[in-house]
Amino acid sequence: MCFQQKMIHSLFLINCSGDIFLEKHWKSVVSQSVCDYFFEAQEKAIDVENVPPVISTPHHYLISIYRDKIFFVSVIQTEVPPLFVIEFLHRVADTFQDYFGECSETAIKDNVVIVYELLEEMLDNGFPLATESNILKELIKPPTILRSVVNSITGSSNVGDTLPTGQLSNIPWRRAGVKYTNNEAYFDVIEEIDAIIDKSGSTVFAEIQGVIDSCIKLSGMPDLSLSFMNPRLLDDVSFHPCIRFKRWESERVLSFIPPDGNFRLISYRVSSQNLVAIPVYVKHMISFKENTSSGRFDVTIGPKQNMGKTVEGVVMTVHMPKAVLNMNLTATQGSYTFDPVTKVLTWDVGKITPQKLPNLKGIVNLQSGAPKPEENPSLNIQFKIQQLAISGLKVNRLDMYGEKYKPFKGVKYITKAGKFQVRT
Amino acid sequence: GLPSVAFHLCGSSQDLNEDLKQMLESSKDSAKLDAMKRIVGMIAKGKNASELFPAVVKNVASKNIEIKKLVYVYLMRYAEEQQDLALLSISTFQRALKDPNQLIRASALRVLSSIRVPIIVPIMMLAIKEASSDLSPYVRKNAAHAIQKLYSLDPDQKEMLIEVIEKLLKDRSTLVAGSVVMAFEEVCPDRIDLIHKNYRKLCNLLVDVEEWGQVVIIHMLTRYARTQFVSPWKVMVDEYSENNFYESDEEQKEKDQKLKTTYTMDPDHRLLLRNTKPLLQSRNAAVVMAVAQLYWHLAPKSEAGIVSKSLVRLLRSNREVQYIVLQNIATMSIQRKGMFEPYLKSFYVRSTDPTMIKTLKLEILTNLANEANISTLLREFQTYVKSQDKQFAAATIQAIGRCATNITEVTDTCLNGLVCLLSNRDEIVVAESVVVIKKLLQTQPAHHGEIIKHMAKLLDNITVPVARASILWLIGEYCERVPKIAPDVLRKTAKSFTNEDDLVKLQILNLGAKLYLTNSKQTKLLTQYVLNLGKYDQSYDIRDRTRFIRQLIVPNEKSGALSKYAKKIFLAQKPAPLLESPFKDRDHFQLGTLSHTLNSRATGYLELSDWPEVAPDPSVRNVDVAKEWTGILGKPKKEKPTEKFYSESEEEEDESASTSSSGKCLESTAFSLPGKLCLQNCLVHK
Repeated sequence: MCFQQKMIHSLFLINCSGDIFLEKHWKSVVSQSVCDYFFEAQEKAIDVENVPPVISTPHHYLISIYRDKIFFVSVIQTEVPPLFVIEFLHRVADTFQDYFGECSETAIKDNVVIVYELLEEMLDNGFPLATESNILKELIKPPTILRSVVNSITGSSNVGDTLPTGQLSNIPWRRAGVKYTNNEAYFDVIEEIDAIIDKSGSTVFAEIQGVIDSCIKLSGMPDLSLSFMNPRLLDDVSFHPCIRFKRWESERVLSFIPPDGNFRLISYRVSSQNLVAIPVYVKHMISFKENTSSGRFDVTIGPKQNMGKTVEGVVMTVHMPKAVLNMNLTATQGSYTFDPVTKVLTWDVGKITPQKLPNLKGIVNLQSGAPKPEENPSLNIQFKIQQLAISGLKVNRLDMYGEKYKPFKGVKYITKAGKFQVRT
Repeated sequence: GLPSVAFHLCGSSQDLNEDLKQMLESSKDSAKLDAMKRIVGMIAKGKNASELFPAVVKNVASKNIEIKKLVYVYLMRYAEEQQDLALLSISTFQRALKDPNQLIRASALRVLSSIRVPIIVPIMMLAIKEASSDLSPYVRKNAAHAIQKLYSLDPDQKEMLIEVIEKLLKDRSTLVAGSVVMAFEEVCPDRIDLIHKNYRKLCNLLVDVEEWGQVVIIHMLTRYARTQFVSPWKVMVDEYSENNFYESDEEQKEKDQKLKTTYTMDPDHRLLLRNTKPLLQSRNAAVVMAVAQLYWHLAPKSEAGIVSKSLVRLLRSNREVQYIVLQNIATMSIQRKGMFEPYLKSFYVRSTDPTMIKTLKLEILTNLANEANISTLLREFQTYVKSQDKQFAAATIQAIGRCATNITEVTDTCLNGLVCLLSNRDEIVVAESVVVIKKLLQTQPAHHGEIIKHMAKLLDNITVPVARASILWLIGEYCERVPKIAPDVLRKTAKSFTNEDDLVKLQILNLGAKLYLTNSKQTKLLTQYVLNLGKYDQSYDIRDRTRFIRQLIVPNEKSGALSKYAKKIFLAQKPAPLLESPFKDRDHFQLGTLSHTLNSRATGYLELSDWPEVAPDPSVRNVDVAKEWTGILGKPKKEKPTEKFYSESEEEEDESASTSSSGKCLESTAFSLPGKLCLQNCLVHK
């Protein structure tokens, strides 16, 4: 009888040049040749972004993600919720990132034994076993230069030999016995503005996507509650498993025993029903002339509803039409590059000073004889505003129960452009 | 270059293996460890390291836990190939199964059950049985995983394994729940009877189970509910809202019962909906999707809308998540537009989206189009048509066509817009417009002589075969409306016939036939010329079609009765093509599944059953309350230390409801509640 197996059967890691540089099987071995179906699909796709995440082959299904220039291709034999696998693969990539500081082919190859141990702990029989960073770090120590030197001298190991206590308690996300001399809790409220601005400068669509990223270094088992001045702003929230849902429902307070270290506490959305302040405006004049093989390009960026704060880190990227050969521009501020192969124009503007608005203008050269481009390109804008949460969200207070010491607490706000696009 | 590299490695692997063997025999742990690390490196690269088996297996009892772990990794990879040697390691694992350290017990069970050697089936069976009563929930979790492994190794063990599953389903640990339900789904998904007594417990544990387990349990409970409860969709009367259902006093309830005999939701059905709802706020996209599909398949239609917001939130995630979520929204938005109408703008396309994401968003926008939003949408589509991504521009034109047929108010506007596109510089855009215009004209050809004339002119420039074929078909079909142009088009295309694509040739033949029937005076010779060309064409298809047409339209003694009806046959009123979404009817697959994504039945897909006409006996889910209490009393001692983690206020609250986001210690109080409710319900029924 041919047995079937649920969930993830095998995993292949493939780099951009199509080399399979790591494979792991949780059951019997599946030949590398199964990846040929993946390569076939990859060839058909216009670019890496368009390789379908789910591919059906005669005997298997391939579910893949693309992260940091690596394809994580998992082999599945039977029905499974595709998101289950996708979400897990991203968790694997997150773990590599967490352990090695980067999720790259080199890092994975250099740490292949740890990678193998991690994969072994994260999946048993193709089903997720331990995926929480706090738990994994107790089972398998991350590499540090010092530790590997010590290990090679003493022959001692990277692996823990007691079961992490977390697996048994009610709080699987926190390791036990945490001790710090300086107890600190930091929260970063990071808001991103997603927007589509039309030709005339009016907002087609805008909403705020926020997260609160935390760095908690507190001894023992601290029980925290974080409250807001204006919690009603948070329209749609998703929580780290540590948050007590009921407390939020009834009191709009985030109450939780935190994991140790860095983690994302919540993600939220401030709905588009509320008016979203747009901190920058863009004046643009892009035109291509018929029969002259050239065009004009003139863009100015200025501050708008920025609440009196400085808009900085401004970068504009534009995918110019294929017919564009090169661009001869002058920037009054910052520097620009144009890549004639990818046709991407990047203008690194920096800070906006309202007195002298940054401007980029000049001539666009088109391929001679090519028809005038049908559409003007969209401008993608990035920016940052320190010390501001554009939604107006404000942390009220942080209280700690369960421990006696006084922790140091800090909250930082920052607003950034998310997917911020200006149509021209 | 790949084969030569492999060859090179084979040549030197002999020496390499000798080195490794020596290191493994060494007395120093550091050398052994080093060797094992290199061997694992080989396995990771997919190289064959099976030759080292005897040397490696000797180290299975190493005191050094890291060496041991790597030996385990090796064993799991090669034991199947080297069964005899693998047996040498079994006694080590059997010993480890009795180790006082639960980590060692668990990992011994994991490895033992991963060694796919049929001879050890009885040993595995015994180990699983013992582990399933282990004091450590972690070991019991591993036992649940081992069930599936043993089942795939030897399906004959099914009955015995079901006993273990039955036992583990009763387990109250949140750690075990997901894993045992997984085993249940794998080994005996049809034994729904095993779930009855555990149903309420699973519902109540759900918030505290780890994310992966939640997904599995929610999917299983979705199937369960569809076999045990009656449909909430047929009812005309409005259902009790959640609050007054649970809070209304007895009297009110009885009164309601008398009034509404048609439908009352089973409290257990309600329990499932209520306890899954908080999970919409999970950070895990798979959990959110699982709840969304549960609401789609189980909730009253008026309640399904609560999942929309959470699904839209997932669109901020990476492209793979977006892809799956958008597909599911596409299916949902066909049947219940209202669910996603408020989020219309969240599906607007950005030029930086990958094409596959763009086309899915477009699909959803088209599904959501109605009289109220169509003008906004068409303005948005205008931007898309100009996109540099031509594949997407073409898809937009199709979308405009669909809007035009679905919303009659804008048919003319859309048609005019598409006609403007005919002068676009891009041939793909023009071709797609032609195809869509053709379809639109079929729905109302009366007033569109001008457009047909316009398209006839296009024939001189356009080269895309589908578009040329579409134009020719249109002119043929409505040749009586353009009596001057049609014969001229036939003249031109007769000249180019031999150089045309097959698709176009067929339509030239069609055009000729239709003209012959309506205007034979002008076109008789031309048509015969074209038919002669077709007769000697290289393609079978063209030759066959030519012969068929000639027999029909040119009367001779053999042609018989049919040719009398030639005109009726060729110029019959043809039904306009339906412009439909590719996601139509995709919801016969359970949402969120692989089968739904592929739109074909995946191996191992479990069909969602139709609602039963009459609900099976709800009392099967009743749990003996007395037994419950002993269970609860037996438990807390072990969990005492955890109590202090939770603020007291929460514990108090939790007495009133079961949606705790934490403590197992709280689950017990919450647990007794639905039991009581159900008893009440039974009384009411009597």
